[in-house]
Amino acid sequence: MIQVQRTRTEYDVVIVGSGAGGGMAAYELTKAGAKVAVVEAGPLWNSGTDSTMFVWPYQTPRRGGSTPDKPFGEHDGCIGGWRIDGEPYTTAPGSEFMWWRARMLGGRTNHWGRISLRFGPYDFRRKSMDGLGDDWPISYDDMKPYYDDVDRLVGIYGTNEGLPNEPDGIFQPPPAPRCDELWVKQAADKLGVTCVPGRLSILTKPLNGRPACHYCGQCNRGCRTHSNFSSPGVLLAPAMLTGNLTIIPNSMVREVTMNAMGRATGVNFVNRDTGGDEHIRGKIVILAASACESARLLLNSKSPQFTEGLANSSGAVGKYLMDSTGAWVGGYFEKMRDMPAHNHDGTGGMHLYMPWWLEGKKLDFPRGYHIEFGGGKGMPGYGAMGGIQNYPPGGGYGAQLKKDYRSWYGATLGFAGRGEMIANEDSFCEIDNNVVDRYGIPVMKFHWKFADYEILQAKHMQETFRSLIQELGGTPWSDMPTKESKYGLARGGEIIHEVGTTRMGKDPKTSVVNEWCQAHDVKNLFVADGGPFVTSPDKNATWTILALSMRTSRKIADMRKAGEL
Amino acid sequence: MDRRTALKAAVAAPFAIAAVTNAEAEQASLQVLGLFEAAGAEQAQAFKPKFFTAHEYATVRVLVDMIIPRDENSGSATDAGVPQFMDFIATDQPNRQVPLRGGLGWMDAESRKRFGKTFILATVAQRRLILDDIAWPKKAKKEFSHGVTFFTSFRDFTASGFYSSRIGIADLQYIGNTVNMNWQGCGSAANAHLGVTQPARG
Repeated sequence: MIQVQRTRTEYDVVIVGSGAGGGMAAYELTKAGAKVAVVEAGPLWNSGTDSTMFVWPYQTPRRGGSTPDKPFGEHDGCIGGWRIDGEPYTTAPGSEFMWWRARMLGGRTNHWGRISLRFGPYDFRRKSMDGLGDDWPISYDDMKPYYDDVDRLVGIYGTNEGLPNEPDGIFQPPPAPRCDELWVKQAADKLGVTCVPGRLSILTKPLNGRPACHYCGQCNRGCRTHSNFSSPGVLLAPAMLTGNLTIIPNSMVREVTMNAMGRATGVNFVNRDTGGDEHIRGKIVILAASACESARLLLNSKSPQFTEGLANSSGAVGKYLMDSTGAWVGGYFEKMRDMPAHNHDGTGGMHLYMPWWLEGKKLDFPRGYHIEFGGGKGMPGYGAMGGIQNYPPGGGYGAQLKKDYRSWYGATLGFAGRGEMIANEDSFCEIDNNVVDRYGIPVMKFHWKFADYEILQAKHMQETFRSLIQELGGTPWSDMPTKESKYGLARGGEIIHEVGTTRMGKDPKTSVVNEWCQAHDVKNLFVADGGPFVTSPDKNATWTILALSMRTSRKIADMRKAGEL
Repeated sequence: MDRRTALKAAVAAPFAIAAVTNAEAEQASLQVLGLFEAAGAEQAQAFKPKFFTAHEYATVRVLVDMIIPRDENSGSATDAGVPQFMDFIATDQPNRQVPLRGGLGWMDAESRKRFGKTFILATVAQRRLILDDIAWPKKAKKEFSHGVTFFTSFRDFTASGFYSSRIGIADLQYIGNTVNMNWQGCGSAANAHLGVTQPARG
């Protein structure tokens, strides 16, 4: 029998999750005077003190190699991954889906590439344009003021280009492009592919007490000076300074609790330090646990009133699951051999990128993708100089091999596409009826299928990347993949941009939350992660999660003031 | 509520540290670097492998230096601690153990077949004859496929250890992993190599 320990304090707002959505909600609502508790499944972590920034590979015996909870290498800032010990998930027969979860303060804001792209005007009304999927109940104009405020608060570099569906922003100056980025741009220009400065939430000027980037190229390890965006340093710390925020780490939420009037009263969670169950009371509950984790929480919060899960009278919780499409082609480039030694680090991401450049063109797939690219003389580490047999020397050993390694170091580039998937009936998640995790919480089961749309988009990516490589005189590592291999399309969940599982809409019969991310069925319950997204444009989700959470939170503050909650 | 009160300090304090000028940030970063430098000082005592047997370890030492020897620019794979690295990784990633042990066994078996002695007891010229047959996958004869698979992986493993070492990183002339407040691109020499020029800053 589980004994639930109840806390006496009733918070104004209980937020589940401390990433982009939860961090922003905590920031906005504590500033507005609400007493807020953030419940985080993982431990405390702050890049200001915990990052391995500047550690050389030879300073650890693993040389930066991966571990089970650091699949991107031991120095990566994110604790989590596609597999977490004791927290399984399942996939339906024939479905392939990988679910990335972070377990730490700041959640996945410790992982991402800081690529911060606003959704554009078309992205909110695609169904009206091509008949596929659904329109959002809100427009770009509704979102613009919040995107502007996120730019001002968090900081972002980029340039105003006046592109049709890539809105301008309030940008800090972009960093000078790296040599190979300039070189690729020449090829892109020749092929008619738009190539402009990247848009990343890394400071190139001091902002709100945070210093500018020092160009060590290690954003993924977490920034010791908080010069890039992650939730703890940029949102939770100032929220903490208001005196209104309580952070409850190592606490895995089991369910949202309800009263007889159909209002949320707080959440039950497992205190991972003690193993005991606890309850925390809140007048308002905001779920920001990530799209699939929030959906899981709703589906697991069953009661006589909500037999199909909480806020699920539409049956849409867990449906409309989307991830970005992805494909990658890398290669080696004769011209990049024997480059003069130089510091190639720059910021921890791209200084140039290629936004979707074929809007409105007739193609055999809908929507589009953007291109992220990079390579060159990065810091060597675990796995350095692997695969020499695939370079012109074809292998070898001894003095000549050593010369070859030296000559080919940094002579590689890779191109990655991130594109839009259309929600489909075969891609969703639900509760697995037979499996629980180590806390006894029923786990998610994923169903996944790409349509031809996504597969044909991957083909187009492959062709584009190969044309660019050819234009640069390079040699791709791999041959053009076949249709049978889906043209190298990344697996579902592999791009780590899951959205759509608690989607927003005007109609309570077909959507989970309204345009303010407020549950249709439960007035004091909100969702502030990627769950409410109606579509999944090629733009990485974080900037829109931040803007949407800011919009939701300010609405909640207004409603509290007006006594509407 | 002790746990929670403590958190206020834990989270807010680093933010206060961050609220400084760029110069101070640079200094703070350099201090951090110094800390890690001190912590990373390598222990040069006699090394006892945890995974490799004494014979395997001797073979590894010979093989890695045949792959990456000392030259006029830098030391060899053993100078860079590659055998120790391999032993650590083999215990850290147990799925490597069978291919590694088996591959070293293949090398000995091949050497015995050809020369009647283990790989390390063969002459340098004899060892090279074996490597010549397995070091270029596309040119290799089918009968050596197992040796090719092992050697391809072992060469990558050697490179991984060597080029993540202090010696290897210096050999590649990597410049970076440091505070570089004045980033202005890769510099004119690198730009010239690729035939590009840095656009004027607006």
